[in-house]
Amino acid sequence: MTITTIKALATSVAAAAILTSPAAAEVDFSGETIEWVIPFSETGGSARWANFFAPLLSEELPGNPTVVVTFMPGAGSTKGANWFQEQVHTDGTLLFGSSGSTQFPYLLGDPRVRYEYQDWIPVMATGTGGVAYINAEDGARFDGSANDLQDIDFIFGSQGATGLDLVPLLAWEMLGMNVEPVFGIKGRGDGRLMFERGEATIDYQTTSGYLSGASDLVDAGSAVPMMTWGALDENGVIVRDPTFPDIPSFKEVCEATDGCETEGVAWEAWKAFFIAGYPSQKIAFLPQGTPQEVVDTYVAAFEAVRARPDFAEFSSNEVGEYPMFVGAGAANATREATSVTADAKAFVINWLSEAYGVVIE
Amino acid sequence: MDMFATALPALADAWALILQPVVLGYLLAGVLMGLAVGVFPGLGGIAGLSLLLPFMFGMDPVLGLALMIGMVAVVPTSDTFSSVLMGIPGSSASQATVLDGFPLARKGQAARALSAAFTSSLFGGLVGALFLTLFIVVARPLVLAFGLPEMLMISILGLSMVAVLAGRVALKGLAAAGLGMLIGTIGIADAGGSLRMATYDIPYLTDGLQLVIVGLGVFAVPEIVSLLRQDRSIAKDAALGSGWMDGVRDWMANKWLSVRCSLIGVVVGVIPGLGGSVVDWIAYGHAVQTTKDKSNFGKGEIRGVIGPESSNNAKEGGGLVPTLLFGIPGSGSMAVFIGAIGLLGSGDIEVGPGMLRDNLDITYSIVWLLALANVAGTLLCIAVSGGIARLTTIRFTYLAPFLFMLIAFAAFQSGQNFEDILALFAIGLIGIFLRRFDWSRPAFLIGFVLSDPVEKFSNQAFQIASFRFRKSFEDGMEYIFSPIVIVLLVVTVVSVVLGIRQAKSIMAEGEVQAGSKRAPMIFLLVIMAYVVAALVNANMIPDYNMTDKIVPLVIGGITLVALLILLVQMILRPEGHMIFADKEKAGEDADAPYGLWGTLAWFAALIAATYVFGFILALAGFLVAFLRVRAQAPWPKAVLLAACGIALMCVMGGALNRDFPPGLLQDAVDLPWPLT
Repeated sequence: MTITTIKALATSVAAAAILTSPAAAEVDFSGETIEWVIPFSETGGSARWANFFAPLLSEELPGNPTVVVTFMPGAGSTKGANWFQEQVHTDGTLLFGSSGSTQFPYLLGDPRVRYEYQDWIPVMATGTGGVAYINAEDGARFDGSANDLQDIDFIFGSQGATGLDLVPLLAWEMLGMNVEPVFGIKGRGDGRLMFERGEATIDYQTTSGYLSGASDLVDAGSAVPMMTWGALDENGVIVRDPTFPDIPSFKEVCEATDGCETEGVAWEAWKAFFIAGYPSQKIAFLPQGTPQEVVDTYVAAFEAVRARPDFAEFSSNEVGEYPMFVGAGAANATREATSVTADAKAFVINWLSEAYGVVIE
Repeated sequence: MDMFATALPALADAWALILQPVVLGYLLAGVLMGLAVGVFPGLGGIAGLSLLLPFMFGMDPVLGLALMIGMVAVVPTSDTFSSVLMGIPGSSASQATVLDGFPLARKGQAARALSAAFTSSLFGGLVGALFLTLFIVVARPLVLAFGLPEMLMISILGLSMVAVLAGRVALKGLAAAGLGMLIGTIGIADAGGSLRMATYDIPYLTDGLQLVIVGLGVFAVPEIVSLLRQDRSIAKDAALGSGWMDGVRDWMANKWLSVRCSLIGVVVGVIPGLGGSVVDWIAYGHAVQTTKDKSNFGKGEIRGVIGPESSNNAKEGGGLVPTLLFGIPGSGSMAVFIGAIGLLGSGDIEVGPGMLRDNLDITYSIVWLLALANVAGTLLCIAVSGGIARLTTIRFTYLAPFLFMLIAFAAFQSGQNFEDILALFAIGLIGIFLRRFDWSRPAFLIGFVLSDPVEKFSNQAFQIASFRFRKSFEDGMEYIFSPIVIVLLVVTVVSVVLGIRQAKSIMAEGEVQAGSKRAPMIFLLVIMAYVVAALVNANMIPDYNMTDKIVPLVIGGITLVALLILLVQMILRPEGHMIFADKEKAGEDADAPYGLWGTLAWFAALIAATYVFGFILALAGFLVAFLRVRAQAPWPKAVLLAACGIALMCVMGGALNRDFPPGLLQDAVDLPWPLT
């Protein structure tokens, strides 16, 4: 007997066990340990996100199970996601957290991706925003449009064109700016440091990174905020980011800039990847085959977390002023984060190869 | 001055925060946990901190900090045990310690080496804290002065230590370092995402090899195998020559070396992006260069222990600067630390530029908690070092199976892949042959460690420099040749020149007799084949991804030239020349009662059995079989010892919430933990 047939057998036995088990009226996790798998290392933003929610979730789940966060880093999170794809429901003690870095390879058709978001069951999603800023000297020429910035050569410390940096790089390209990325940095903090040293002249941070690091530079006069990526309202329209009501969104800057259009294939592509990377950046999933009552239990627990009177205070550092989606909201967020039109995908793949020589095969 | 006016009251506040019995109690608890985790090679601070994370949420900030810092601070202290006693580098911070610490243990002076190391650690930690107290308020502009060219120069300074450690034939050391760098480039390139000596069909290779695995493979595996073949205790004649007071006296006699190395540790630790990987090598090189009689290095020179150990605890303090002031972690454990700080209290301590302004008292508390944890940890370590040193008098055949168990577990923890253990075995083989033919293993490891920073910083610095040159020539020159770069350049040149002059007397591999031509030449040709393959592979990367291919091409080219010259020399020189050094010809290995392959087969069997039955079951079988057959232990003893080993693994795995490598059996059948 080969291993695959053994595996298939085991799977069908497990499936049969689920079907025949008496309908568990009440889901109770007393004495159990919930494993929350993060496909990144202990040191990243997703680790921090899961470690923030784990104790809260433990308090709200029936039976107060221990929630432990475990890490399965590798291959830019595709290793962990591929592993999760092979998991099926057993007893509801497995949770998985994906991030923008898991969503982007999926959208771009990376060869390492063997996972399918539609198979997974989202229970919670949180988002973030992003703020771009430029150095003081060049920032003096920024007037709400990029018209006067188009003859400047900017340097940007980047983690790679196929990750979350795709969104700012494409935005600056659409504004007609010359931004030369220096690839190979690890983490946005390194990018900010490069900017502070004067080596990079343009940078962006996600909301928490901006608040904790870059806003000090703005206050000190050594950086000028340029734009946020904006936020989505209920109708899916991009509006000003509620965390930064005084900073224009990319949409506004684009409208004010000659040659930049907020419709057409470039704009649609940018918007699709923005949604995948920011407003629903981090999503918690249950594995395929999870019965509805277990899903409902988790959704209720996350709803209870969100409803805690002290949650707003706790979470302002972790999720900012952005909505935390639960249940149907999370499913909706996941759908938006993991679907792009064929045109938008083709546009981005073509742009990546022309601008940066990145070939996704 | 303004800054100091606010600093003094904050310092007083910090001490008021720290000096509460409950805070000190938490600190001590953290220290004890850190020691327990740290004595096991390859686990280190990240595993320990992850263990504490669930408790950090909403905890009183000072208590949480005390617990975490107690744990982080003592890991570079306690990992010295495995470096000195077993020759197993416990973490990247103690790799250089192995070079002279382990030979001392083999001379029966383990307790002396340990106490010298711990005293140095203690002192380094205190110097670091003192320095930071004054420095931290003015550190920001200095850290910002270290741009990419400066960081590249520091990496090159680290690389120049290869000159000191190259061994008797400088070209062999150079080639070993080149090979290490090439192996360091395996995987997806950071800059352009090209694959180098890897394929998407083997996902494991795309992430490259982990430092833990290479460190264990290059140092631990060859030593374990060699000692096992000789079937004796680590300490010759199973006698302990000198006690722990000798080590303290040794430190007293070399206190200025300790001061200098501590300062090296703090300063390099302060620079973000380099982390601790180069510090101990730079300190070791410094210790060599400032010692008059260099003939004992590599054979058990106490200064070779004091130097790196003084620097590695001081580095932890220095590493706090980028972590706290910029929010940029200097190491993996610091990254977890930052995340955990965000969970403390109501989550309002935010590391980063605002830290000094808003939380200067907390900042000082962290600095001095670190120092106190060092004191507590070191005293505990010294207290037990005499007892633990007795391990070196045990017949090695009883120790070896447990060491195989520990390093396999440690390797698996680095990536949770079965391939981690395979990689350990493969690198171990390279290490065995590097050792046998007297190719400098430290040079290989330095090359591996610095491969990534050298590539990253040279690419990025080049990109930004060419950008500056386009603006104007002066701009570009000013960027590349900053005063710091020029100073570092001078230091590097001096250290290379001195190093090459001295290298011949420093034998990192001890004395090795030369033998016949055949075996050393075959090894050379095998290395050459790999280098050529890596060159061809790098050359296939398209030109628009120049950043991904230029470093492998240049390094590979230099290595190939060195290898070709060596080949010509080997053809021309007569047998018996030192270029044909071969440990199998004379000395301990040659006289060993057991052969290499038979001994290695035991380790291979453990790995193969793990692939089929999973780690714990395989380990049970391996331990019993090894103790019964190889060590000739009676049945009850073999079973009892094996049970102890399994119990130890389960306790560790359970406490740290880690899984063990599963095998084919686990694919087919669901087994309860720890058999999963």
